Amino acid sequence: MSFEWPWQYNFPPFFTLQPNVDTRQKQLAAWCSLVLSFCRQSKLFTLDVLEAQESAVFNNNRIHRKLSVEAIQVVFEELRKKGNLEWLDKNKSRCLIMWRRPEEWGKLIHQWVSKNGMVNLVFTLYELSNGDDTEKEGIKYFMFPCYIALYQQNGNASLQNYNFTVKATVR
Amino acid sequence: MDRFVWANGLLEMNETLVIQQRGVRLYDGEDKAKLDVGVVLLSTHRLLWRDQKNHECCICIHLSQIIFFEEQAAGIGKSAKIVIHLHPAPENKEPGPYQHSKYSFIKLSFKEHGQIEFYRRLTEEMTQKHWENTPVSQPIPTGIGPKAGRTRAVGIVGIERKLEKKRKETDKNISEAFEDLSKLMEKVTMVKFIGLDSANLYLSLQAKEMVEVSKSIANKIKDKQGDITEDETIRFKSYLLSMGIANPVTRETHGSGTKYHIQLAKQLGDMLQAPLEERGGMMTLTEVYCLVNRARGMELLSPEDLVNACKLFESLKLPLRLRVFDSGVMVVQLQSHSEEEMIASALDNVSDKGSLTAEEFAKLLGLSVLLAKERLLLAEKMGHLCRDDSVEGLRFYPNLF
Repeated sequence: MSFEWPWQYNFPPFFTLQPNVDTRQKQLAAWCSLVLSFCRQSKLFTLDVLEAQESAVFNNNRIHRKLSVEAIQVVFEELRKKGNLEWLDKNKSRCLIMWRRPEEWGKLIHQWVSKNGMVNLVFTLYELSNGDDTEKEGIKYFMFPCYIALYQQNGNASLQNYNFTVKATVR
Repeated sequence: MDRFVWANGLLEMNETLVIQQRGVRLYDGEDKAKLDVGVVLLSTHRLLWRDQKNHECCICIHLSQIIFFEEQAAGIGKSAKIVIHLHPAPENKEPGPYQHSKYSFIKLSFKEHGQIEFYRRLTEEMTQKHWENTPVSQPIPTGIGPKAGRTRAVGIVGIERKLEKKRKETDKNISEAFEDLSKLMEKVTMVKFIGLDSANLYLSLQAKEMVEVSKSIANKIKDKQGDITEDETIRFKSYLLSMGIANPVTRETHGSGTKYHIQLAKQLGDMLQAPLEERGGMMTLTEVYCLVNRARGMELLSPEDLVNACKLFESLKLPLRLRVFDSGVMVVQLQSHSEEEMIASALDNVSDKGSLTAEEFAKLLGLSVLLAKERLLLAEKMGHLCRDDSVEGLRFYPNLF
């Protein structure tokens, strides 16, 4: 399924950071949702900033517009504030895109665990990610969000590092 | 030049150096002396000359030997000179550079200037005649005995002396004449005279008053002595105002505004109605400036006057307003001008055309590009438009966000 670009993507002013505060807020909101939906579609969990600049998300060749580096940083900062992004390094060159926030993942996992009666049982993350549940489709491809989601479960889950398999217990 | 004697260049007791000037060549009458360029020194008693290169070579002449002297202005290729007419040399004169001379005057040629100051000092010394009070140890060649002088009354020296005497007389008369006038002026204060002849006197008296007041203020400012009294300031200000100068002391140009600015504002109010309507109710201040000055021809306005006059529009209830945009652009607009209408129409225009640049918009409306841009920016500020900034330029779109 090819990605469906939102109408803003073909609107030239979308690629200029608006000075008017109200307009800017709306613009940034649109950018955030675009980035997240694109990442979800393309199953991207991390983004490299330099690569991102060249990607189709921030470059619309058809209308010859692209988002400036400063503006991209602003969008990323907005995502971080919303909780959808975390920087993986101090230089802010790579980031983690969580088109589902950890809390949302946590909830999902908890639901799955309870549904399958696996509460208080130990299981590996692999088991967790390779279920038939389409809901967990995202986890299938990358463990990381899972790890964080569980870790951030406020004590509802505990992790044990054990021979490359992380065991988890969900209470 | 035969009046000069050799000297050692040292000053005697009671003799003080008044002024010295380098770059001076001596002339024996009309001819250049067989000496090089040197330094001429004036003391309270003597006039000395020393060779610049060879300091050993020094000559002098006593000031009493000078009958009179005058300046000779510089010409093309000629330096300014002082011509000094001398008494004849006494018989017992010491040896000097010249034994004989056919001239009885010498010239000092000031190749490196300095003649004005030197002349002034020489005049002073010749007036004060210090040598008569404090004779120096050197024998003063006062060779001119009264008898010897009188017998030479004829001839060039006599004529020269007569000229000098005449000049002194005229000088004296003139200064005496002015003495009375200044005394009169000092006695009489601001008494009102009626009559044309006295009008001039009254004006000059007023002028003198003003000068004194301003002098005292200036001095006080210089000495930083406390405050200038209220009274003096008020008087000073009133003088200035009567002369038509705006108040420079307090710079209250916003609140008060002088008569001139008020008049000017009214004039502008009349003059700018038609052009403003033509241009859609708004003109930048520079446009106004050009228009007004072109119309005036003579007596042009300064930018400062224009701004000050425009600031008075509101207080004078004229149908014009001075307005400053965020970017600093100042415009004059009709009071009836409505900003909302303008913005609404701007939005319509942009929507029609899909998008517009400032230049396109200006062309469409017949406005200047500056004003067109201001309008678009204002619409953007209101949230009706959004911008597209790229290498192609700045475009404005209707705000679809």
